[in-house]
Amino acid sequence: MAKIVPLPQAVSELVHDGDTVALEGFTHLIPFAAGHEIIRQHRRDLTLVRMTPDLIYDQMIGAGCASKLVFSWGGNPGVGSLHRMRDALANAWPVPLRIEEHSHAGMANRYVAGASGLPFAVLRGYSGTDLPDHTDTISTVECPFTGERLAAVAALNPDVAIVHAQRADRDGNVQLWGITGVQKEAVLAARRSLVTVEEVVDELTPVPGAVVLPGWVVDAVATAPRGAAPSYAHGYYERDNAAYRAWDAISRDREAFLRWRRTIEEAE
Amino acid sequence: MTDTAEPVAGTQPAATWTADEMMSIAAARALRDGQVCFVGIGLPSTAANLARRLHAPRLVLIYESGTLDTKPAELPLSIGDGILADSALSVVSVPEIFNYWLQPGRIDVGFLSGAQVDRLGNINTTVIGEYDEPTVRLPGSGGAPEIAASCREVIVVMRHRHRAFVEQVDFVTSVGNGSGRGDRELLGLRGAGPVRVITDLGVLEPDPDTAELVLTTLHQGVTVEQVRAETGWPLQVSADLVITAPPSTTELETLRGMRTVGSKAS
Repeated sequence: MAKIVPLPQAVSELVHDGDTVALEGFTHLIPFAAGHEIIRQHRRDLTLVRMTPDLIYDQMIGAGCASKLVFSWGGNPGVGSLHRMRDALANAWPVPLRIEEHSHAGMANRYVAGASGLPFAVLRGYSGTDLPDHTDTISTVECPFTGERLAAVAALNPDVAIVHAQRADRDGNVQLWGITGVQKEAVLAARRSLVTVEEVVDELTPVPGAVVLPGWVVDAVATAPRGAAPSYAHGYYERDNAAYRAWDAISRDREAFLRWRRTIEEAE
Repeated sequence: MTDTAEPVAGTQPAATWTADEMMSIAAARALRDGQVCFVGIGLPSTAANLARRLHAPRLVLIYESGTLDTKPAELPLSIGDGILADSALSVVSVPEIFNYWLQPGRIDVGFLSGAQVDRLGNINTTVIGEYDEPTVRLPGSGGAPEIAASCREVIVVMRHRHRAFVEQVDFVTSVGNGSGRGDRELLGLRGAGPVRVITDLGVLEPDPDTAELVLTTLHQGVTVEQVRAETGWPLQVSADLVITAPPSTTELETLRGMRTVGSKAS
């Protein structure tokens, strides 16, 4: 059964230096509050896994939390580039960053394999692209029935998955809805999991189409109201597009970024 | 003859327009009512939503965030904006959108953009320069490689610049016609690949024999020399070169009336 604990305690207990950590949320329900807590607790040498690194990983990379990034699309959606990620790749600032790069379909299937307890997944993908030359978790496999060659991708089993959801009950059962991305797969693929939620409620009112993560597949639930901002939580608050645009200027300049980082470290 | 040349909504020609507006309108004209379209963010999203407001009200828009048949009242700033989920027929997970909907070949048109496109329609969104020491690090592939592989056909929409229209892309993120005609079949790719590249200057289409992109359509006021100057290989021009009809007032007013989510009211 999931423990309901304060966010700092959850991060302290579940996320260790050197871990492979996946913070997921496809544009929607991005666990910003948890990412900021990881920055505050000065975690180092993390392998950060996420389909769309976007702002939260730009912030964590800039803060020096990561030594490796596993991803499939690294930009500021609708705005431009991730400048902290670029700075780390090109100039090793603040620390060197290695990358492992996939397509979205490849990453999604790696999580599916991980969640399914399988060593790899099969997909029609990557054929003819230059990605397999640079990523050793992409290979090919021959279909035992037809002989067809298909792409194979290694399962992803992070040490910790962190996702944000709308709500949980007091037993730690979690409910999330809207654009559900790969959050369910990431939690089921991971060895440990933390879910931050907008609120803890006495009873989970059923929501059609919602994903429910039973408390027994989650290690910890932490209340984090507006914990996905500046992304959004469907039914609770909208995406702060101005904040995404504003990040462009902050992230272009190391000094501006360091000022931003101080505001995060001084926040509760 | 391409069906991008004629206006499909309203016939009254507009007075003035920009090259970008002509590109979006030409791209919108390329989509037909009732088609199922897998849409990338940016120019493709603008054009697809414009088509849905003009001549293709039953165009089915699918975004990689898992929104099926979405009808956003405003343009999304990002691929997973809430407006895409709120206005969708259904929302599915990301593994499902790729595995169940894209992979088996259920999508008519993939609508893509890129930083580079080459003579054979291959697209690069990964790096400019060497992979390990790039001059420019781009966002990467996202959903594009499998969209390019599995949709029945692909339409590329991007601005026509010399640095973007290259002899050979620095990195093949998404396969067009690979190394030439017949290569897609050898690679096991199921769709027809890029059928046209729509730009702010005109339209390029693959030659039926060689698969090399040739100029088939010029937008009004653009010269062949201009297009050649912005193309990084010796561009062939179709014997049946046509001129794009100018935007109609309906097309232009509709395009200019579309707002992006979160932008200030204009």
